[in-house]
Amino acid sequence: MAEFEVPVLSIKNLNKQFGKGCLHCQDGESLVKNYCPICGTVYACRDVSFDVFPGEVLGIVGESGSGKSTLMQCLYFDQEVSAGEAYLADYHHGERNLFQESSQQQRYIRNHIMGKVYQNPLMGLKMNFSSIGNIAEKLIAAGSHHVGMMENRGMELLNKVNIPVHRRKEAPKNFSGGMQQRVQIAKALSNRPPLLLLDEVTTGLDLSVQASVLDLIKSLQRELNISIVLVSHDLGVIRMLADRTLVMLEGKVIEQGLTDQILEDPQHQYTQQLVHSLL
Amino acid sequence: MNTAYNFAFFDEGSKREIRRATLKAIAIPGYQVPFASREMPIGRGWGTGGLQLTLSLIGRSDVLKVIDQGSDESVNAVNIKKLVSDTTGVITTDHTREATLIQSRHRIPEVPLNKDQILILQVPLPEPLRDYEPSENETKKLHAEKEYSGAWLMLFEQIMKYGSMTTGADHPVMVHDRYVMAPSPIPRFDNPKMHESEALILLGAGREKKVYAVPPYTKVVSLDFEDYPFEPESFLDKHCRLCGSTGVFLDELVDEETNETFYQCNDTSYCIEILNEVEPFGVK
Amino acid sequence: MGYVAVKGGTHAIEESIKRLKYERIHQGQTIEVEKIKAGMRGLIDQVMSESSLYNETLAAIAIKQAEGNPEEAVFLLRAYRSTVPRKHYSRVIETQQMNVERRISASFKDIPGGQILGATTDYTHRLLDFNLIDESDETVQEWLHQYHKESMQGEEQKLTLPKVLDYLRKEGLIPPCEDNNLEPDDVTRESLEFPSSRSQRLQILTRGETGAVTSLAYAVIRGYGALHPTVGELRVGTLPVTIDHPTDAGDDDDAFYIGEVKVTEVEMLMPVTVEKEYGKKEMEFEIGYGLVFGQNETKAIAMGILDNCLEHPSSDFPSHNEEFVLYHIDSVESTGFISHLKMPHYVTFQSKLDSVRKTKKAGISTEQEVKI
Repeated sequence: MAEFEVPVLSIKNLNKQFGKGCLHCQDGESLVKNYCPICGTVYACRDVSFDVFPGEVLGIVGESGSGKSTLMQCLYFDQEVSAGEAYLADYHHGERNLFQESSQQQRYIRNHIMGKVYQNPLMGLKMNFSSIGNIAEKLIAAGSHHVGMMENRGMELLNKVNIPVHRRKEAPKNFSGGMQQRVQIAKALSNRPPLLLLDEVTTGLDLSVQASVLDLIKSLQRELNISIVLVSHDLGVIRMLADRTLVMLEGKVIEQGLTDQILEDPQHQYTQQLVHSLL
Repeated sequence: MNTAYNFAFFDEGSKREIRRATLKAIAIPGYQVPFASREMPIGRGWGTGGLQLTLSLIGRSDVLKVIDQGSDESVNAVNIKKLVSDTTGVITTDHTREATLIQSRHRIPEVPLNKDQILILQVPLPEPLRDYEPSENETKKLHAEKEYSGAWLMLFEQIMKYGSMTTGADHPVMVHDRYVMAPSPIPRFDNPKMHESEALILLGAGREKKVYAVPPYTKVVSLDFEDYPFEPESFLDKHCRLCGSTGVFLDELVDEETNETFYQCNDTSYCIEILNEVEPFGVK
Repeated sequence: MGYVAVKGGTHAIEESIKRLKYERIHQGQTIEVEKIKAGMRGLIDQVMSESSLYNETLAAIAIKQAEGNPEEAVFLLRAYRSTVPRKHYSRVIETQQMNVERRISASFKDIPGGQILGATTDYTHRLLDFNLIDESDETVQEWLHQYHKESMQGEEQKLTLPKVLDYLRKEGLIPPCEDNNLEPDDVTRESLEFPSSRSQRLQILTRGETGAVTSLAYAVIRGYGALHPTVGELRVGTLPVTIDHPTDAGDDDDAFYIGEVKVTEVEMLMPVTVEKEYGKKEMEFEIGYGLVFGQNETKAIAMGILDNCLEHPSSDFPSHNEEFVLYHIDSVESTGFISHLKMPHYVTFQSKLDSVRKTKKAGISTEQEVKI
């Protein structure tokens, strides 16, 4: 990874809090972990900054409540940030802070430049629409108005994610959890986004199904050379996929580096614990 | 004329408020303007939206035509016509060309409308995205952000399921390249008549409390796909048994004696006009 | 003259209207409007409440014309209401000033001012009273004479009472209520938009169809909702209505008294858990408010329940979803749209027929493809 490379996505000082905050917690004094016991405010993301480079898989690992899923929601505009900046190389040459764009523009960005796979397929799919319709929804949103083209693209993608093409007209509600995740992946990839967000995509799946979904992501990533931000509480998943890793605890990034390096030589006590438990 | 009520039923303040909403609707083609829909002496869902527009616009010199499903003589059309003429005393007509105000349910007349006429359509469900998203609050956002994937997705799903778009009446249209709009349950056959219409078209939904408009000479395009173009109902090789017209919207009927299917103009006043042209000395 | 339209529709309507009149009077008797006013208090109250128009005489005419069908009577009054210009808005009415006829609390036995049972069917045995067959104006007047003689001893007076909730507020059990002096939104002048204001919600609820409001509230307390309410106070009585002097708005002395309205007012108490500083949890009471024209106690209580539901939006239950509740409880709207299904839909049906035929054709061709 050369230093002069331009990042696909750049996040600067992202903050997200739930609650108004009070005099006691605004300077961080009264906080217990990232929670203010006086006013009940939760500081879910605190001053998070990072870059994602072309073709790179960035892993974000942390326990539940560490703020990693909130971070993901902010990146896909499912949540509004409290403060911070985000830049995409493919959007106005990385010169516009995405968080300050209108909701119409944010929708454009989601439809054209990003794809997201949610932990819960209910969030990412219309369960009663056909699988091919779910994929087409994203293509339509990105401006396609040709049924044949969308159907072909949909079949190509379903094929890629190992869903039998003859089941394309079935609704995802008839599918198993692993298949639903694969339809979500096909949908997220449909408009060839330069950036893919994966939020705990294998959590809740059987081990064997987990492995097949992870294999799929890995091979797709190599084939399409897409940049991925991958969030998981499972260091095993991170180890398998991520080139570089951020470790989050209590809303903060406490450690970051090449995945191998973090696994071999963890610096922070929490990371050490995490790595230890993996062995 | 019933003098227990004000001219055109409403008090003047109410009429002014409805006209203000109407002006806003004309200024933003295809946008659904909320208005404080009044309870009317006819049922909600029976044309109260159209009736409120008619009553707020009508003046003593207007000539009114009311049709329901293409017919001037349908009970509901007669009923509405009677209410308006009872409370205003204006003249009514069956002839499309003579009318200045035309209130209609589910049809646009066959005779092309001109710039001195206003067509008022009755609307049961004004929200073209309602099947895709039940919440009003959410559909409002989708319109604001011009996010219409849902409208096309519904059509895409039909093609996947049935091999073609299966919308009956009320096939959604894009107005002025900005708002997706429900044209009211007019047959697809009538959709193209909205495009670049010389007459002002107003649409009123009484129960759902919305007014919207297609101003004269506005671009109206029925939603479709490049490889699945929009198709009106087809009456190929069929003609009206009475007047012989082709290229008009036909009702399908069954002859009680021979059990054969035959066709007749849906627009009854048009049919009679054609008959009278062909046979000026015809009998009743 | 050439061809002319057959005037079938006009004639059919005329005959139908004639037949309707026949059905109303075919026994050769008619009920006087005064009799309806005198004897159908329950129906009049329900109709006035759902019409949001307070006038007993107009309600009685509507009931007569509708042959006692409340759906139709409400429809008539609402349509009439649309034609009446809005000349004044009343001054704010403080319900503390109610001239109380009945007042109960299910929460406290000993409320300041005491429980007053007043007129209620709650403790009657619901046994058909066959004596009513022979009740006449004379027997009624005789009874009345006796009644007045008895009550002369206990001289009836105007009775205003403190509110039960004020007592709870003093105890600190419910948070103090501050006056909200914002101009209320008028749902009959401006269309409801979401998210709605509380004043809009209360208006739609009080105009709601009695059965619809009751059913939804019943669903809430039966399990499709998250409330366990108690009647804090229910009162029935009359409220004075005044309007401002046209040039001296806001001046109490110059205001005009224009009459009184009878209402049922309910304040429901719902226990809730609130989180205080340092995560401490406390129980508090929240209030659901119901106020309807006339004596409509079930509807008023149901309104109080739904008011509180809508203060706490939730996707778990439709009763906590303001669009679901407010869009579907209006009598004129629901009955109108359901009954419109009786109208001809020939054109829409023809259009659908065309699509169905098209899919049949397409079905055949895809089947062939599969075979190949």
